[in-house]
Amino acid sequence: MINIKNIHKSYVMGQSRLHVLKGIDLEIKSGEMISVMGASGSGKSTLLNILGILDNYDTGEYSLDGTPIRKLNERKAAALRNHLLGFVFQSFNLISFKNAMENVALPLYYQKVSRKKRNIIAMEYLERMGLKEWAHHLPNELSGGQKQRIAIARALIAKPKVILADEPTGALDSVTSLEMMDILQEINRTGITMVIVTHEHDIAARTEKTIKITDGIITEIIKN
Amino acid sequence: MFEIDKWQEILSTVKKNRLRTFLTGFSVAWGIFMLVVLLGSGKGLENGVAEQFRGGATNGVWITSGVTSMKYKGLKTGRPIQFTNEDYNSLNTTIRGHDHISSRLFLGNNLVSYKNQYGSFFISPCHPDYGYIKEIELIRGRFLNNIDIHDFRKVAVIGEKVKASLFKGADTVAMGKYITINGVLFKVVGIFRDFSRNDNEQKRIYIPISSAQRIFNGNNIVQQISYTTGTATPDQANAMVENTKSLLSRRHTFDVKDQRAVEVWNKSEDVRRFSALFAGIRLFIWIIGIGTIIAGVVGVSNIMMIVVKERTKEIGVRKALGASPGSIIGLILQEAIAITGFSGYIGLVLGIGLLELVSSKMPSTEFFRNPEADFSIAIGATVLLIVAGAIAGFVPAMKAAKVRPVDALRDE
Ligand SMILES: Nc1ncnc2c1ncn2[C@@H]1O[C@H](COP(=O)(O)OP(=O)(O)O)[C@@H](O)[C@H]1O
Ligand SMILES: [Mg+2]
Repeated sequence: MINIKNIHKSYVMGQSRLHVLKGIDLEIKSGEMISVMGASGSGKSTLLNILGILDNYDTGEYSLDGTPIRKLNERKAAALRNHLLGFVFQSFNLISFKNAMENVALPLYYQKVSRKKRNIIAMEYLERMGLKEWAHHLPNELSGGQKQRIAIARALIAKPKVILADEPTGALDSVTSLEMMDILQEINRTGITMVIVTHEHDIAARTEKTIKITDGIITEIIKN
Repeated sequence: MFEIDKWQEILSTVKKNRLRTFLTGFSVAWGIFMLVVLLGSGKGLENGVAEQFRGGATNGVWITSGVTSMKYKGLKTGRPIQFTNEDYNSLNTTIRGHDHISSRLFLGNNLVSYKNQYGSFFISPCHPDYGYIKEIELIRGRFLNNIDIHDFRKVAVIGEKVKASLFKGADTVAMGKYITINGVLFKVVGIFRDFSRNDNEQKRIYIPISSAQRIFNGNNIVQQISYTTGTATPDQANAMVENTKSLLSRRHTFDVKDQRAVEVWNKSEDVRRFSALFAGIRLFIWIIGIGTIIAGVVGVSNIMMIVVKERTKEIGVRKALGASPGSIIGLILQEAIAITGFSGYIGLVLGIGLLELVSSKMPSTEFFRNPEADFSIAIGATVLLIVAGAIAGFVPAMKAAKVRPVDALRDE
């Protein structure tokens, strides 16, 4: 599903240059659920952003579901993200003036699905997350766990092949974090590939494989 | 591009920034309001002046005999110039390019009666062509003709006000009746309405100049000669006027530069001067109006810039979820157009409302009547608004399209 070879990435800031990813090789098979661990600043988010076609890389190769990802124009990248990928962020990134249902439905808006139809589908996903009664609430009326479940519903609605989650439990308490992992595992069981960045061991332990990144290189791959 | 979702989003951002949106919207509305009111007032001024010009062909030239004011060839000033039929004939044959010509006599107000109805009306002896030159509109019968002139007929074409005071009943009642002008019987052959709205012009009676000279003067005196310049260009018309002046100065021995010896009114010159003036006024108004609108547009552009900045994260989220740059541009542009369009429309409505109010409540004066914003102004203003909105949104929209999702979504 995901295949990267010798990926390098540097950030240029004025005169200085920060080499963040120093040759990453990784293969993630379809339906796999892996976690990425590492110290803060080790390059986890950078890697995930490249996988999510949110950022570009300097050298190396990346293919996603058989499609080479290299120097895509913005429109193509947007379409690929929309059809293949779902994102879950630490800070939820819900749109504050849209209610839960509209937030969940947003990816379908960019697929030109009619308003009525996408709201019906959004309601189904909210129901799966146990949030049907909250459909018409704005994000700021919801708890952190509820917000993250809405974000997950939004990530799922376009039926992606891969879900990329950057510290999805980072802003949640431990009980809610474990609930969230239950949900993600369940989603993975439906065949969706999943990459979770985390720095919590008990979260990582619930994935099939943990990849440890230290200073921009993979130093360890642990089977859980 | 124009679906409910976007409108909802626009509404919610507008709600979040109520005061700021109001202030910028206000400046756009003010700009359009000013533009419409100024253009409408300019139009009112123009209508007022145009009214002054009604009644009389726009290519008419009127030459009236006067009194010399300059010494010339040993002749002293203060000498009256007297036109005769000879002058009429000479102008008619010498001045090339005119298509209608008439001489006139001023008999002033005279007592006119029919049976036991009396009135004092302005008697205006002239040639048949004067009907064209003065733009006289016949509502019954005919105007004077060449046979009237040739046969010294005693016929009269009377204004509708004359008819109304001498005859009771329909216009047909007056036709063919004999009215008494200064003791002489004239047969009514036509009833006219003067193109000008001036009441006095409707209280005239036109009679053949030949008959008038024979009956009231006993000689061949003429006081005014007028002609139209046909298809002449403004320059050609001016040349005709100059030729006329020099011809008359030779015939009556006065200095061509003497403005008083003969008074010449070249209407096309006036019309041209006024059109140029009003074109200038209009241009001036558009410049002011557009200036005000530009201020509004800059305001809208600023607010959109801030909106984009505030929504960077949201734009990043949208892009991550699959929004193309085009759809983001559409979102911001539509919002800018909506703000300018809506507030501009309010300005337009208020401006037109004010003009309507003024033109219905204020009596029209000599130089101001019916201020109006015509259809083309409304269309122009609308197009201007949409363009302005698009301009206002363009830079912010491009900025929004360039937002990189990674930068927008980075957790601090
Ligand atoms: N856009 C950027 N410009 C410059 N430096 C960046 C940028 N994004 C991340 N970095 C730097 O790259 C390094 C890796 O960042 P990141 O991938 O976010 O680490 P992690 O997610 O593992 O904490 C950090 O030192 C961070 O400061
Ligand atoms: Mg990170």
